[in-house]
Amino acid sequence: MSDDLRVIGKPLLKVDARAKVIGATRFADDLAFPRMAFARLLRSPHAHALVKSIDVSKALALEGVYAVVTGEEFPVPFGILPVSEDEHALCRDKVRFVGDPVAAVAARDEWIAEEAANAIAVTYEPLPSILSIEQAVAKPEPRIHDYADEGNLHRKLSMEFGDVERGFAEADHVREDFFFYEGNTHLPMEQHCAVAVPDPDGKVAIYSSTQTPHYLHKAAAKVLGMPPSHVRVIATPNGGGFGGKSDPFNHEIVVAKLALLTGRPVKITLNREEVFYCHRGRHPVLMWVRTGVKKDGAITGMHFRSFLDGGAYGSYGVASTYYTGALQTVTYKVKNYRFEGVRAFTNKPPCGPKRGHGTPQPRTLLEVHLDKLAEELALDPIDMRLAHLVEPNSVTANYLSVGSIGLRQCIERVRDESGWRERFRKLPRGRGLGFAASSYLSGAGLPIYWNSMPHSGVQLKLDRGGGVTCFCGSTEIGQGSDSVLAYVVAEVLGIDPFDIRVVTADTDLTPVDLGSYSSRVTLMTGNAALQAAGRARELLVEAVGAKLGVPKGRLGLAGRRVFDTEKPEVGLSFAEAVQCAESKFGTLGTVGSYTPPPSKAKYRGGGVGPSPAYSYSAMVAEVECDPETGWVTVPRIWIAHDCGRALNPLLVIGQVEGSVYMGLGEVLMEAQVFRNNLGVHRQPSLLEYKSPTTLETPDIKTYLIEDPDPNGPYGAKEAGQGPLLPVMPAVLNAVYDALGVRVDEVPLNPQRVLEALRRKADGKPGRVGPTAIPRVVYPDPIRVPTPWEGGDGRAVAGEPRKSQIPSQARARNPITKG
Amino acid sequence: MPVARAAKIEVSFTLNGAPVTVRALPMARLLDVLREDLRLTGTKEGCGEGECGACSVFLNGRLVTSCLVPIMQAEGARVETIEGVADQPDVVPIREAFVACNGSQCGICTPGMILATTALLRARPNPAETEVREALAGNLCRCTGYVKIFEAVARAAEARRGAAGGVR
Repeated sequence: MSDDLRVIGKPLLKVDARAKVIGATRFADDLAFPRMAFARLLRSPHAHALVKSIDVSKALALEGVYAVVTGEEFPVPFGILPVSEDEHALCRDKVRFVGDPVAAVAARDEWIAEEAANAIAVTYEPLPSILSIEQAVAKPEPRIHDYADEGNLHRKLSMEFGDVERGFAEADHVREDFFFYEGNTHLPMEQHCAVAVPDPDGKVAIYSSTQTPHYLHKAAAKVLGMPPSHVRVIATPNGGGFGGKSDPFNHEIVVAKLALLTGRPVKITLNREEVFYCHRGRHPVLMWVRTGVKKDGAITGMHFRSFLDGGAYGSYGVASTYYTGALQTVTYKVKNYRFEGVRAFTNKPPCGPKRGHGTPQPRTLLEVHLDKLAEELALDPIDMRLAHLVEPNSVTANYLSVGSIGLRQCIERVRDESGWRERFRKLPRGRGLGFAASSYLSGAGLPIYWNSMPHSGVQLKLDRGGGVTCFCGSTEIGQGSDSVLAYVVAEVLGIDPFDIRVVTADTDLTPVDLGSYSSRVTLMTGNAALQAAGRARELLVEAVGAKLGVPKGRLGLAGRRVFDTEKPEVGLSFAEAVQCAESKFGTLGTVGSYTPPPSKAKYRGGGVGPSPAYSYSAMVAEVECDPETGWVTVPRIWIAHDCGRALNPLLVIGQVEGSVYMGLGEVLMEAQVFRNNLGVHRQPSLLEYKSPTTLETPDIKTYLIEDPDPNGPYGAKEAGQGPLLPVMPAVLNAVYDALGVRVDEVPLNPQRVLEALRRKADGKPGRVGPTAIPRVVYPDPIRVPTPWEGGDGRAVAGEPRKSQIPSQARARNPITKG
Repeated sequence: MPVARAAKIEVSFTLNGAPVTVRALPMARLLDVLREDLRLTGTKEGCGEGECGACSVFLNGRLVTSCLVPIMQAEGARVETIEGVADQPDVVPIREAFVACNGSQCGICTPGMILATTALLRARPNPAETEVREALAGNLCRCTGYVKIFEAVARAAEARRGAAGGVR
């Protein structure tokens, strides 16, 4: 890349920042329409129960009530993954968690809607509930869903790359570890909201705080029984998402139905308690790993098992399960690898994709495990990792194609900046340093439902006045996706980003982009925008070259001009250039699209893990621990992130700092937990669900490592999720450095620290955490020879049978998702 | 009698410098009246229990969370929202600093952050970092990790001090 870029790489303002600081951004709940009605949902008070009858007569009789709907109106199931379409917009025959909606009301105002919802009489027949992984394994009955692989085990996976037993036999040292990662939730500051507006001709528009308007479009059309052309989805700017607004939700489909029934716009805004029930957050995961290493730390074999507590529905869970086993291989070389994963159904709000989707839990165990291995081998934990990094442009044991990898620079940077050599294992008791590294996808290589179309599309309209409108299906959730589109188009066309109007996330107006998930937007929309802008540039130089008599290859675009680079005074303004091109070609518009490169992983389940590019992060955390109280604080963080190229360093650093913050919340305090035997959420409010404030914010030193990736626009890779991954293990490893005890559990709360210290003082191992995993009979593994065994990415044995899912919900292909 | 059937009451107050009179249910919150009746949607709801600060407004010059203010408490009061505050000369440097420093990502907490920063810098034009942390501890942000917000506050404080002669 040349250094004469004028927009890319500069710390420019976000194109939507001014509206945000004056409160003018229109979030979903800020919308109002004439005659608008308000909806409320009636939710189940039981964790698991049959719905025997619903009497809505008292609600309907209330003055100001316009309509009441129940599961009767929603016979068609939906769900984000084609293999687990197990949700109904309102429950029909049974409820599966406290908070599962059974009925909905539209009324003149929210007060009346609430009163009417409470006037609905539901008769339930309670069923025994399943509330943990252990219970799900032990109690196959009653089944939460009939289509699970076995009893209440939604999905069981087993795959082996190479021969892990041979790997252990080659090892000088073998170690195993257990870990439990508690669930937690996204906690976006914006409560979910949807407003449905009916058209007189029977169509409906849904405005919603969704990260995935395209998937909502598909689900809503299907459930409403309408052609997709009659359903329009507009994603409003999301007031925070973090993965929590990536599923199609009950409330979005319910308001559309209510709008069609009443002929009125209908709004629903969830309260904070309901946001905790929507959830789709971090799966609680119990894990076990066994690793064989040579004396120098080279990994000869790794066997990893994960047990996910999935909650009541499928959501992204099958993909989440694969993700708990997918990315162990992309940081350090793993010669032989075996993964077994189980996802259980439980009677709790469904888990799904939260920032890092399925990878923070295994990454935490892996990095803690390596810390322990390094100590046993008497190696510095950083030196040991540096000796075995995955090479650039290589293929891993599980056939993930790694392109650029700036991990070495990341590790060396934080090692040197933190004073690691002088301070690790040398600080006074109560203070410590810990290290961890990680990697994440820049977008999933395959779409959620099987198709061969582009993942992202951009259309440009060039205006005679010199403005450009950029249409794209991508969704602005605060990460700066609208700005990325403007920056790329402005760079190519030589105009200012603020000359560009960005129109996004409207299924009627914008070409499909799959959504703001899996850290895919910068890479995929950026590439689509590059192509569309490149084609627009071509039209402009063709027309201007002909008019000025200058070869088009000599023309440059910069400073809102198209000019002869050899005689810069000869040229046209950008507006004149557009007029010139419009005269020559007619109305000006161009398109661009992006489809990821084909994956080398040809085995079943190989849809999860491939990505056009992988980002890398390394972190050193410094902690202070009070051995009297068990209280842990994190005063300093050093983090280096390989983002390929920072399209705007200010925004990339913002993503890194935000990731660090969210990871600290997970490791220090956040937990979505339930009352035993009831399945009642312990703290569904901001007052009780603890998250970090300004007071807990450490001094975060961020270093961007720019190792441009050929698959990224201008070399860019992701930044929004990867930097969360090293936070938890770096803090846990630092606590060990500070106190000499291991807390093999997240969150790391003072009780756990004190318990570990107590055990150590009693002469027992200074550790708290799980010591066993449930006994599960796994299917025969899918066996895939590694690339170094001459494999071609295909399985040689063990492709499993199809699971017994309802025919309308069967997938056409392996599951995929980021 | 169910709450939804209660008689509406008349409440008068000064909103962003102009007198207003609204008819509202007695249990309505100042937040509801601002957003639903007066259509000033810059004030946000994040939790409904005074924990997140997204609904911050000035009530008689004091920073309050409007989700915890019953509407009757606004009777005769002076209420200022982001819409009225954002263009005030001593607030312009604050909002511009949030833009310049990327102190706002999704933007839902930002109006509350701007008001909390305004309250801080009006009381303490040159705050220490610990004072900034304490002043903003009641405003939750899930996007930024707060670092860029601290930078924005420092930049705003400096800009306001530079312009102080002309501003206050």
